Amino acid sequence: MSENQSAKSGLSQRKRTEALMAWLFSAPALVLLTAFLAVPFLMAVGLSFTDQRLIPNPNLPTQFVGLRNYLRLLEDEAFLRGLLNNFYFAAVVVPLQTGLALFLAILVNQKLKGMNVFRTIYFSPVVTTMVVVAIVWTFLYNPDGLINSVVQAISFGNLGPYRWLQNTSLVFPAIMVLSIWQGAGFQMVIFLAGLQDIPEYLYEAAEVDGANIIQQFLHVTLPQLRNTTIFVVVSTTILAFKLFTQVEVMTQGGPQNASMTTVVHLVHQGWQNLRVGYASTISIVFFLIVLGISILQRHLLPEERR
Amino acid sequence: METTTAAHGTGYRLRKALRLALDYLLMIAFAFFFLFPLVFMLVSSIKNSETQVTSDVSTIYAFVPRGDLGFQNYFDVFSQLNFGRLMFNSIFIVTTMVALGLAVNSLIAYALARLNFRGRGAILSVIVALIIVPFQAVAVPLLLMVNNLPWFDGSTTWLDTYHVQIIPFIADAFSIFLFYQFFLGFPRELEEAALVDGASLLRIFWSIVLPLSRPVFATVAILQFLTHWGDFLWPLMVTRGEEVRPLTIGMQAFFGQDPRLWGDLMAFASMITVPVLIVFLMFQKWFVQSVATSGIKGGA
Repeated sequence: MSENQSAKSGLSQRKRTEALMAWLFSAPALVLLTAFLAVPFLMAVGLSFTDQRLIPNPNLPTQFVGLRNYLRLLEDEAFLRGLLNNFYFAAVVVPLQTGLALFLAILVNQKLKGMNVFRTIYFSPVVTTMVVVAIVWTFLYNPDGLINSVVQAISFGNLGPYRWLQNTSLVFPAIMVLSIWQGAGFQMVIFLAGLQDIPEYLYEAAEVDGANIIQQFLHVTLPQLRNTTIFVVVSTTILAFKLFTQVEVMTQGGPQNASMTTVVHLVHQGWQNLRVGYASTISIVFFLIVLGISILQRHLLPEERR
Repeated sequence: METTTAAHGTGYRLRKALRLALDYLLMIAFAFFFLFPLVFMLVSSIKNSETQVTSDVSTIYAFVPRGDLGFQNYFDVFSQLNFGRLMFNSIFIVTTMVALGLAVNSLIAYALARLNFRGRGAILSVIVALIIVPFQAVAVPLLLMVNNLPWFDGSTTWLDTYHVQIIPFIADAFSIFLFYQFFLGFPRELEEAALVDGASLLRIFWSIVLPLSRPVFATVAILQFLTHWGDFLWPLMVTRGEEVRPLTIGMQAFFGQDPRLWGDLMAFASMITVPVLIVFLMFQKWFVQSVATSGIKGGA
């Protein structure tokens, strides 16, 4: 009887120790995530309804302003241009970069000599810091730089020279090109992993059925890569909305907001102009867009992979 | 395969050789596309004369090391700013962040995957939800917060310090998720045998789980390194002097100087890029595997 009881209490003792240890193991991460992610996020929600400044003026206390910041967004040309540019960027870069990455992955997935060398070369821009990429490409885009020479050479002198980063219609496409250059290798590797997961017998069966290379690509490769493709498309779209570093280094959103983006505007408002309240409003809108894209991804993925 | 070749004869073999040549031609063309800015950067950096750097850039000579070659641009960079300090800052910030992150994120993931406690399910779903909160959305309120935060040395702000660049990024929801997935698939028997022996949970984690989890630790470390080595937005907002700022901000400040000396800039850019490229070439397999994992797990 007493033995049984002590065994029981020993068991519940062990359970209690386990729970205690679990909380000890979890505590550091939970504290940090709460303090530096959850709290600032809730602050953003609250601050978006105020006129909070980074360094408050003691004579003008921070006030609750209701929906004023949100209404102001609708008339803020830089914000609207930035948002539109993010959609423009996503519409061009997502299909181009995804397509390029898939094409590269298929190329280097062949069992040929030297594939590893090519994979390494295509991936090397990924390990190049974006600030460096932006500065090197600024040099390439110089009015008397390499890119103008190439454009003039292939058009037999009919096109250019352009002032790429000073021209309102060229500046954003110019930034898109270097973004694709830097990012394609990352997605190529993800596609490569997806390709290597496709069982060989599917191709053998297709070949027996007389499918040519294009048919094999359309009816075996693409369907098998469905989840990988959704992931790549969604993560590239989210990256398009986070666009900041290359723009800030190269143009700060100019000329005339032609290369403005949501995050560039958010940082300029909150950090340069010290308008924390208004910047928080932009943050919330930005977050809702990213959230929307993520929810879309969950709906696109089949049930068992969610 | 042999019989097919024989059956189709020379026509087939010719077509195959043609396709092979086309494949390589394409791959070489893409190699040029992905390499030319890096080669251009390195070649420009060793041209001592600034006039030559800027005049060569419009011709094929942009890729040809010619004229007065040497490391003058590199010396210029060192004479104008404390490059060593910037490099130290970057390395110190990223390694501390990644190392502490490995400890903190793996511990909570282990608790979530293995231990029974109330609130486990709730914590897990909150962490999965946090994966999608982008840092950019909390940066400005966080700036307001750290601006008025005390530190142990008695100062009343976190601005212009190392810890403001490290602490907010230690815990990472996606890293926790990667660890969690790995620990779920970890064979339970090993730990149970140790439990019978009366080993404490922390000892089990340290001496049984850790040694067998090297792949996931390497994956998380590399992904975190790739994400944070180039950090720009946050250090831009929280550092003002050269004392604690990382290479990226130092490079941008250097870029903003008048007149713009492209030779010096390319030397600066090369000094940031080459060490990382060397590390990448040494641990290439790990890099590629980590990125692939992020895609597979991230898509799940």
